[in-house]
Formats: sequence, structure tokens, C-alpha cells
Amino acid sequence: MTEAGSKALAIAGLDCFYGEVQVLYGLDLVLEKGEVLCLFGRNGAGKTTTLKAIMGLVPAAAGSIRLDGTELTSLAAHDVPKAGVAYVPQGRRLFAEMTVAENIEIGLMARGKGKAVRENVLDLFPLLRQRLRQRSGTLSGGEQQMLAMARALCLEPQVLLLDEPTEGLMPSMIAKIRETVAKLRERGVSTILVEQRVDAVLSVADRVCFIENGRNRETVDVEQLRADPSAVRRYVGVG
Amino acid sequence: MTEASPAKAYSLHLGVIALLFALSFVLPDYHHGLIARIMVLAVFAMGYNLLFGYVGLLSLGHAMFFAAGLYGAGLSVYHLGWSVPAAFLAGIACGALLALVIGVLALRTSGVAFMIVTMMFAQVFSLLMLYFAVWTGGDQGLVVQQAARVLTLGGTTLDLTNPTVRYMSALALFSIVLLATLAVVRSRYGRVLVAVRENEERTKMLGYDTFSNKLAAVVVSGTICAASGAAYALLFGYVGSSFASVQYSILPLLWVLLGGAATALGPLIGTLFMYYVTDITSGFTSAYLLIVGVALILLVLFFPKGIMGSIRQRWLGWLP
Repeated sequence: MTEAGSKALAIAGLDCFYGEVQVLYGLDLVLEKGEVLCLFGRNGAGKTTTLKAIMGLVPAAAGSIRLDGTELTSLAAHDVPKAGVAYVPQGRRLFAEMTVAENIEIGLMARGKGKAVRENVLDLFPLLRQRLRQRSGTLSGGEQQMLAMARALCLEPQVLLLDEPTEGLMPSMIAKIRETVAKLRERGVSTILVEQRVDAVLSVADRVCFIENGRNRETVDVEQLRADPSAVRRYVGVG
Repeated sequence: MTEASPAKAYSLHLGVIALLFALSFVLPDYHHGLIARIMVLAVFAMGYNLLFGYVGLLSLGHAMFFAAGLYGAGLSVYHLGWSVPAAFLAGIACGALLALVIGVLALRTSGVAFMIVTMMFAQVFSLLMLYFAVWTGGDQGLVVQQAARVLTLGGTTLDLTNPTVRYMSALALFSIVLLATLAVVRSRYGRVLVAVRENEERTKMLGYDTFSNKLAAVVVSGTICAASGAAYALLFGYVGSSFASVQYSILPLLWVLLGGAATALGPLIGTLFMYYVTDITSGFTSAYLLIVGVALILLVLFFPKGIMGSIRQRWLGWLP
């Protein structure tokens, strides 16, 4: 359940366009500190665009995105991670030619973090310790996902954005990713998770935000959703 | 690329420098001059490799940076009577300044557009050199006289037209640039450049200002190419507009691709290979370009990542 507390991230009245096409329509969304908020909806609903807008990769035509009082829409894309938001995009996008260690080092260098952060991150992903000298392009899908998350966590973010982290992974890896998200919550990291799998949502999220046609239709507690899953049927057509 | 031990990498490169030094005592006159020229042009290729190999920016306008150094140094000596060190620095400064301006403008584009924009700027530069023929000598170029190509260092006078002095000067420049390039690509900055090449958006998402990093790379690359051009003017005494032509933008790309993009020694190997294949085959037939073409096709088939790139991929993973 959501811990009572101040907002980690607040989006209000966000409009975004891809060229002439409007994708987000006055989107409102609040991420509480230390919670896992899941964005749920059909393909093309605007979930990934919401994450990209937070990161400054898609410009906001109107509205605001505030991180702990800092307006993110006025920042350059490369300054958003410095403000405390880390993004793990769909498809991982590692630096395939670099080793695991080099990928992590690039993450550490970005904000001048040292060995302690590196150890902290590797403690979360012990499997990566055995692969440090391996080229990241040769890792399995699950290991690549772990590395993508590890690299993002090197920034020590207040807010972590995960775009479909379990996509295409085998069940044991999915369980590990979920476990890691839960551990991060214990460490106080607020997470926005884009997910397509209902079981993943129910097992890891605190609240679920249903996105439809670029609008936040409804935000519900996960307990409420377990008791009455009709919202899943209503917005996604499954469940 | 697996992590290389610094000692291994530096030993190999120092070994290559030592080999080139030793060669100067045994090479016949013709090859002595050819290797000196190759070393200077390999510096041009190393500058190109920094941008193309490590950052992934394919420029078709690097001849303008080489020519900026060439004209900057050559015209300073020819018209202003500057000393060799001053002219050399003037050439480097011209290239660095030009690279900064071109970088700011051209980096607003990427991919094919970057290639076209850099080529257009180089064409403008080349045409300007022809237009201002009164000073540049136009397509005839200028010959820098022997008397002006004398370097005085602490009471010692070195004649740059002397084959040994020319060879050693070329080797000194080559060694400095090789070791400096090696240091840059092994540094944290070098890793960021590779990250930009691999995935620019992701690098930005880690908090790196990719535009500034790319601009710095364009300036460093342009400066190295200008140093090569300035050295060429002073060591070989000729300044001509052919060096600003599009052919001289394509040549470093070819040398780097042959030698191995994103390898420290690739530019030298590629330049060496291309010069010697052309040189040897032209001794047999006037249709030597046909043989050069076949050699290039074979190389692409069997060494798709270039000579050093393929060696790294197959046998020496630690090669920088």
C-alpha cells in the first residue's frame, strides 16, 4: 500500500505531441515517495510517451512535471537524470560493445559516484558480478535487463522509470526483476513501472494508473484492484 | 572490446614507434621518404578515426581541417615569413578554430545530413582556396622554399628538407598523436565518446551533455588533422588546393576503414597498406587501380572490420 508522504513526482495537465498528432491530453499523475506506481493500458495509450516526457525526450506542449519542487519541463534532457530521475527504456539499450563493468562505470561517471555506489548496485544484482568482464551484447535478455537497471541505479535516483522490464524474459528472470523492484521500494526509491502483465502489476505495484487515449482515466490502490478487477477488463479488455 | 591492461597496450604502441625509428636507419631513400609521408598522413587518419571510429560521426569534410593546417602553416611562412614553430602553431590554430565553427553548425544534424553538411562546408573551403588564388596559388599551389623550412632549436639548426630530419620530425608528430589518442580513448572521456556512438539517447539519459562531448571530439579531431596538414606543408614544402578536395576527405575514411575503425593503430596500417598497394601495383601496370580495387574487395571480404579491427575481433581482444 502507498505510504502517506509528500509527492516524489507530480504531473499536471500534460499535453504532448508527435508532430501534428496529440498523444497526451492534459495528463495528471502523482507519484508518492517510496511507492511503485504502475502505468497500465493498451498499446498506444501513451504510457511510454509519459515516461519520455518526464525525461525530456518528448517536449511538453503544455502542463508541468515537478520533481520534489523542480520543474523538469524547463530542463535539457541531459539535466533530468542529474535532477534525480533514471530511466530504463524498453529494449534495454545497453552499450553492447562495452563490458558489463564499463557499462556500470559509465553510469557511475555520469554523476561522479564512487566504489560504494558500485558495490551497492552490484549487491542488488549479484549475477552481474560474475559477468563484469563480459561484453554486454553477449548477455542473456534477463542479464541485460539487470544491467540496464544497474546502470540506471548508479545515478542514485529518487525516481526510477521502468518501461516493460519483464518483456520477453523467462519466468525466473521476471521473478528476479520483481524482487529487485520490491527491494528498491524498501530503499526508498519511487518507481513508475510500465507493465502489460496483470500478474506483474498485482505482485509489485502499490497503485495502478489506467492510461487510455493519452489520459489518466483512473488511479486505484492495488488492493482495491485485487478485490474488484473490473477496471482491468474495462481499460485493457483482459482479466 | 574487452578491458586491456594499460601496460600491454602502451608496450605494443611504443614497440611500433621503436620499429619506425629503427626503420629510418635501414630503409632505402625512396621508402624512407614514403614512410615519412605515410606517418604524416596517418596522423590525418588518426584525427579522422577519433571522430568516425570512436564517436560514430561520418564526416566527408575532413579535408578542410587538413587543408586549414596546410594553408595556415604554409601561407604564414610563404607570405609572412614566420618561423617554422610559429607557422606550425598557426596551422593548428586555424584547424582548431575552423573545427569549432563547423562543429557548432554541423552537429545540429546527424547521420547522412551530417555527412552532406560537412562535405558542403569542405567544398566551400576548397572553392575559397581557388578563388583567392592571389594568396593561395589556386590550383597550382605554392612551393615553400627550402630556406624557409629551417627549424632552430636552442642554437641547433635543423633543415626540414633533410630526409633524416624530415623522417624524425614526422615520427615525432606521429608518436605524440598516437600516444595522445591512446590516452584519450582509454580515458573516461573516451568511454563517453564510445557510449555516444553506441546509443546517443541512452548516453543523454545517463546525464551526459552529448552535444558538448561531440563538439569537443570534432575540435580535437580537426586539430589533429590540422597538425598533420601543417606538418605536411613544412616537411614536404607544397601547399595546394588538391588537398582541400573531396578526394582528401574520402581518403582518410578509406584508410581508417581498411586499417580498422576505432583501433589506435588502424589508421597507420590502413594508410601504409593503401600507399604500398598503389605503389607496388603501379610498377606493373598502368591499370593499377583495377588491382587496388580487387585488393580492397578481398580485404572487405576477409577483414570486414578492417585489418586491426578483425585482428582484435578474432585474436587480440585487448587491442585498443
